[in-house]
Amino acid sequence: MDDSNPQLDAAGRRHPTAMPGVGQPAPVSRNEISRNEISDDENSPADGDFAAAWQDIGMLDDIPRQGARTVATPHGAVAVFRTQDDQVFALADHCPHKGGKLSHGIVHGHAVTCPLHNWVISLADGQAAEPDEGCVNRFAVRLDGRCIQLAGPL
Amino acid sequence: MNMFAPQRQRLVIVGNGMAGIRTLEEILTRAPQDFSITVFGAEPHGNYNRIMLSPVLAGEKSFADIVTHDRAWYADRAIELIAGEAVAEIDRTARVVRGEHGTTRPYDALLLATGSDPIMLPLPGAKLPGVVGFRGIADVEAMLAYCRPDGRADGPPATRSDAHPSGNAVVIGGGLLGLEAAHGLSRNGMAVTVLHLMPTLMERQLDPVSAGLLRADLQARGIAVLTEVNTRAILGEDRVTGVALADGRELPADLIVMAVGIRPSVILPRAAGLAVGRGVQVDDAMRTSDPAIYAVGECVEHRGAVFGLVAPIWDMAKICADNMTLTADAAYVPAVSGTRLKVTGIDMFSAGDFSGGDGAEAIVLRDDARGVHKRLVLRDNKLAGVVLYGDAADSGWYFDLLKTGADVSALRDELIFGPSVAGGTSGVEALPDTAEICGCNGVSKGKILAAIAEHGLTTLDAVRARTKASSSCGSCTCQVEALLQFALGADYDATSKVKPLCKCTSEGHDAVRAAIRDRRLKSIPAVLRALGWTTPDGCASCRPALNYYLLCAWPGEYRDDAQSRFVNERMHANIQKDGTFSVIPRMWGGVTSAAELRAIADAVERYDIPTVKVTGGQRIDMLGVTREQLPHVWRDLNAAGLVSGHAYGKALRTVKTCVGSEWCRFGTQDSTAMGIALEKMCWGSWTPHKVKLAVSGCPRNCAEATIKDFGVVAVDSGWELHAAGNGGIKVRVTDLLAKVATEAEVLEYCGAYLQLYREEARYLERTAHWVERVGIDTVRARVVDDDANRAALHERFLFAQSFAQDDPWAREAATRTRFADLATVE
Repeated sequence: MDDSNPQLDAAGRRHPTAMPGVGQPAPVSRNEISRNEISDDENSPADGDFAAAWQDIGMLDDIPRQGARTVATPHGAVAVFRTQDDQVFALADHCPHKGGKLSHGIVHGHAVTCPLHNWVISLADGQAAEPDEGCVNRFAVRLDGRCIQLAGPL
Repeated sequence: MNMFAPQRQRLVIVGNGMAGIRTLEEILTRAPQDFSITVFGAEPHGNYNRIMLSPVLAGEKSFADIVTHDRAWYADRAIELIAGEAVAEIDRTARVVRGEHGTTRPYDALLLATGSDPIMLPLPGAKLPGVVGFRGIADVEAMLAYCRPDGRADGPPATRSDAHPSGNAVVIGGGLLGLEAAHGLSRNGMAVTVLHLMPTLMERQLDPVSAGLLRADLQARGIAVLTEVNTRAILGEDRVTGVALADGRELPADLIVMAVGIRPSVILPRAAGLAVGRGVQVDDAMRTSDPAIYAVGECVEHRGAVFGLVAPIWDMAKICADNMTLTADAAYVPAVSGTRLKVTGIDMFSAGDFSGGDGAEAIVLRDDARGVHKRLVLRDNKLAGVVLYGDAADSGWYFDLLKTGADVSALRDELIFGPSVAGGTSGVEALPDTAEICGCNGVSKGKILAAIAEHGLTTLDAVRARTKASSSCGSCTCQVEALLQFALGADYDATSKVKPLCKCTSEGHDAVRAAIRDRRLKSIPAVLRALGWTTPDGCASCRPALNYYLLCAWPGEYRDDAQSRFVNERMHANIQKDGTFSVIPRMWGGVTSAAELRAIADAVERYDIPTVKVTGGQRIDMLGVTREQLPHVWRDLNAAGLVSGHAYGKALRTVKTCVGSEWCRFGTQDSTAMGIALEKMCWGSWTPHKVKLAVSGCPRNCAEATIKDFGVVAVDSGWELHAAGNGGIKVRVTDLLAKVATEAEVLEYCGAYLQLYREEARYLERTAHWVERVGIDTVRARVVDDDANRAALHERFLFAQSFAQDDPWAREAATRTRFADLATVE
């Protein structure tokens, strides 16, 4: 996935609307899924509900400290990380180097080391640490109490 | 010696220590082909750097770090090493030496390097268990055994307290060795008292002011110092319980270290009828009263003097080699030596005569706030003695002035402030190229700079390897580093002294392990806190290493941290390049059954597993299993009795076998049953790197046991045990570890060897690399030669196994949620 559109970024992140009915992802029809998959392939910012609203994806305790779990999204697998200090971050589960699954990496500080070739990716900005160069798409994620909520790509 | 003999002369060296082997090296550089050489050593291993025993005692280095010549070194040079056999007799008429176990070797030339023995005061009670000297690695091991309250053969220390669970130690002798012993024991948790006969510590090296500062520094480290005390008796019935002083005081003690001096070891030369005074007497050519016999090191007496420091011994080695190889008609001239104390954080240097007296003038600098005292003694406008305490950075400069006898009258006003003021430039830059940097190995500044330039050296280790500078006692390390800095400028990275475990710390693997053990650190956060990690929770390099070290140090206590394991070990399966996994169940000794094969076949069909392959380790690999499928596949395999093969882990992998005597017409033993017994004992064990075993039923070795981490080959009379082989990029054939008779012995040796590897190898170091680093002799000495140690290692292995033999597949199949996506959003 390429870098996301900064306009959407501003719109999606500054005024996220919490979904009423915590824990209930919005029902989506088959048609919408296929539409979203197509738009993903085209890197279009025109997502459905995923981009527009926060969705509950689980509880903080579902992810071990210094660990990650994956969420299937129209943008592909997203790795949601929980750091030692109980902050959550979400990145595309795909190392910019050779596509290693970042959700399988070792989490340390606010970074994850890719299991394939030890690239170190910053969880906060998705950038690879020097001397490597590359960037992973980020996703909006936040905690509502202990409930983790995910929104669209940043 | 017969110079005209057509064959090579037979040289026998008695004493496999620093002096003997240094002379041997000097002989080999001069005349590599002249001699066929045999070395007798009383200690059961290669040569090690005795100067560095103090850091081993203090836990700052391991024994492996200080081994300088392993068995391979001798083998590579076709030198016969007879280790573990002291020489009992020299027959000078027949020119034959005889070892204590009866080995005889004729000689044309004989070199005595028998060293010295610690002086053991003949006090009442001096023979009690708990009284040790400080001379060899065996003494260090004995002392360390007393430092471990639960590791002692004779029960817990009688005088322990909450603050000092290891109890009390008394060191008799406040000289260099005694203080280093005291420091080491204190670092290991004992309450230490030093008893010294004289009014001030190290009176031969330090003036009273420096000695007072040293005493205060030691006391600040919790070491008690009593001076002007005489020990009257050692107390205790069947083991040491204390000491009685002449003034009536009694001190509790579990351990007494006698460090009152050394005495040349002369029993053998005296019995052989050589001229012996305090030591075996040598002339300036290092020749004894028998012209076929030379002697070097601490056993000799030269012009009435005996020796205890390393620098003069290196000089003797050169002179002796010159004369033995007829390279030069060289004469030994005693030179002034410098002394340092190897106590971490105490910086001191002493050389020459600092006592003053007639015609001597002293220049003194004293800075109480910094704890610095410098005293220079001049005689006839030359530097005659120097004592530096608290700041010995300029020792090389002063030592050079002392040895060259330079006229210092022009420098006199600034002399005490060191070369940065008096010499115009700072430190090593100020030294002439002839200045000796490494006293231990006689390496000059010019030689080091030339090596750096010629060979493009950029690290301390490279300089050590090329020049030997800083490779013995290490006290010139700062100066060698300064030379690297001087030569390379900004290109030199001074932080690369000990290779740090990772970028989060400056500590190396061995220091971290020692801290985990000695400071009883039992979690990753505790290690990071105690050792001052620079990151809040480590990194992907250190966390798996720490997780392993903690798991190994505290079996049953430490809770494995899945988040500090690499993905394969966290998922209990090998990740493949497409993100799927491979599943390999254990097949004990490579033996399977119809039921197991059926279960595998069923799983392959049920989960549509794309590839099934037989592995090199006699097992079956199912490739292309998705993350979500893993717990389901495991559950099905578990139901048929199949468990994890740990093919994904730094752990015991396979035990490969041949069919052995049950079916094979050549088989001499039941190798399959032996392999199964080994695998049943070892499975589940976590190790520094992967470990593979094999058992062959005859020397045809169909199971390829001689390229395995531990290989067993059956022979008619029992089993050969082979260690530290591997296949891979660089094939390494095993070393023969031992030959044993019974299956029980195979199991015990295997468990002990694996436990030694688990406890001492660095994380991600295969057995092959570990043994290359420490030497097979070290492993043999502890696993083969030392029955008690082998039994203890094996017992620790079995204890650890009692917690480790828990099938992770069964555990994980029950809690399979983490293998699924957390959620799906649309």
